[in-house]
Amino acid sequence: MNVAIVGVGLHPFGRFEGRTGLQMGAFATRQALADAGIGWSDVQVAFGGSLGVVLPDSHGDTMPDSLVTELGLTGLPFVNVANGCATAGTALLMAASAIESGAQDVAVAVGFDKHPRGHFNADPEVHGLPAWYGEMGMFVTTQFFAMKIQRYMHDHGITQQTLARVAAKNFRNGAKNPNAWRRKPLSEEEILASRMLNHPLTQYMFCSPDEGAAAVVLCRTDRAGEFTDTPVFLKGAALRSRRFGTFEVFSPWLAAEQTPAPTADAAAAAFAQAGIGPDEVDVAQVQDSESGAEIIHMAETGLCEDGEQEELIARGATEIDGELPINTDGGLIANGEPIAASGMRQVIEVVTQLRGDAGERQVRNEPRVGFTQVYGAPGVSACTVLTR
Amino acid sequence: MSASAPIDPTVATWEADRLQLVGGRCSGCATVTFPRLDGCPKCGSAAVEETPLSRRGTLWTWTTQGFLPKRPYVGTETDETFTPWLLGYVQLPEGVMVESPLVDTDVEHVEIGQAMELTSVEMATSDERGGVRTFAFRPVREEQA
Repeated sequence: MNVAIVGVGLHPFGRFEGRTGLQMGAFATRQALADAGIGWSDVQVAFGGSLGVVLPDSHGDTMPDSLVTELGLTGLPFVNVANGCATAGTALLMAASAIESGAQDVAVAVGFDKHPRGHFNADPEVHGLPAWYGEMGMFVTTQFFAMKIQRYMHDHGITQQTLARVAAKNFRNGAKNPNAWRRKPLSEEEILASRMLNHPLTQYMFCSPDEGAAAVVLCRTDRAGEFTDTPVFLKGAALRSRRFGTFEVFSPWLAAEQTPAPTADAAAAAFAQAGIGPDEVDVAQVQDSESGAEIIHMAETGLCEDGEQEELIARGATEIDGELPINTDGGLIANGEPIAASGMRQVIEVVTQLRGDAGERQVRNEPRVGFTQVYGAPGVSACTVLTR
Repeated sequence: MSASAPIDPTVATWEADRLQLVGGRCSGCATVTFPRLDGCPKCGSAAVEETPLSRRGTLWTWTTQGFLPKRPYVGTETDETFTPWLLGYVQLPEGVMVESPLVDTDVEHVEIGQAMELTSVEMATSDERGGVRTFAFRPVREEQA
């Protein structure tokens, strides 16, 4: 891809009473513009993600293009984006595609959301599911994560201690991140002793919905020098939806013959486009909706083999000072998940690491290649490969 | 006490002596789904017929429900009275895995790969029905296996 990221901006993730999602989105966009040294009037096209696109009336969610009333009514093309848990990745991919097409040189991708506690409720029938499925108590997102990791642990020898190690690592990393929501380290013992929500996953192994915003400025690679001395290049970006036979949330049935998850397809496509292999990745941010997801996604993305996680995680390979640092900003477990900002946060953390600006959580050895992956309902994944 | 009405008349045969879940089989590619769908999710054909599913299978994965589910769950428990229950996917010979509550087992005994069989259970409900009959899978007892 012929696209560079030349500005990033983040509104902290957490709970912010009295502040709207729109205000957080505007804050993040202004930060990103300032980082690139440009004004809103220099932006030629923008893609904005928020759950507000599909739920405009609930919980103060807002249509993303309302941002222009805060940032300036310049007449630019502004596209509202909603694509489940891949919303941020989709906005970024569309912005990059606009630049790749030659239509525009300078683009913004922004995502913001303000989810109340226990958001993401919906009616089974909205998902095309029968009423009995919800009435019997099976329309529960967390059950899916638990049953996927339960089978994975059985097949690949992953222990519950490893689930606790991943959560403890992400809380520890979050404690080093001033923008994170959960900034208190928790021990593996505390995590294992917390309430068993869905076996084998305890309460502190899960992320929660929250609030936040993130924005990036992208441009044509040959113009990057106009905006920054430290461009990060978007070498690969891919979005994939589920194929027949994958294991997804809210499934009354599954095909006995299982197919690789959309994450595997998106990661393979992003690496192929970049001409870079997963073995070259120096720092990665993957979707840790709960700690089992981080473990599974390590293998689905090609960062390791199935089952290798048990040993890698035990010896600290995925810690900030390990050889394969993962979720260095605390991931979803420490940051929570404002859906439309979450994938953008991952990209911003990789940019920050590749620039060498991550301070206390900076990975060693001057990282050159970074990777991000989001995955979620209704069975979508977006991945990026970034270099400096 | 007479048995409650089924939670859904179409999802199973609900015959007392021969309970079977009712799935769909694609006339084109033979893909089986549960419940029956109008179109085949594999090949897109609209020629999908009802097919009764085997009563026995093996447990593919499982978890516990450790907290009171929100609506549209219709159980009568409260946060105070709720006790965790199990659910899982049971792989049937038709090549379909069915998600279902699991009964007559617990965290100490449930095991991936174990033989399971279909049963029906009474479920008290908080809505106007008061109670419904639902399906569940339970481990096949040794003497029956």
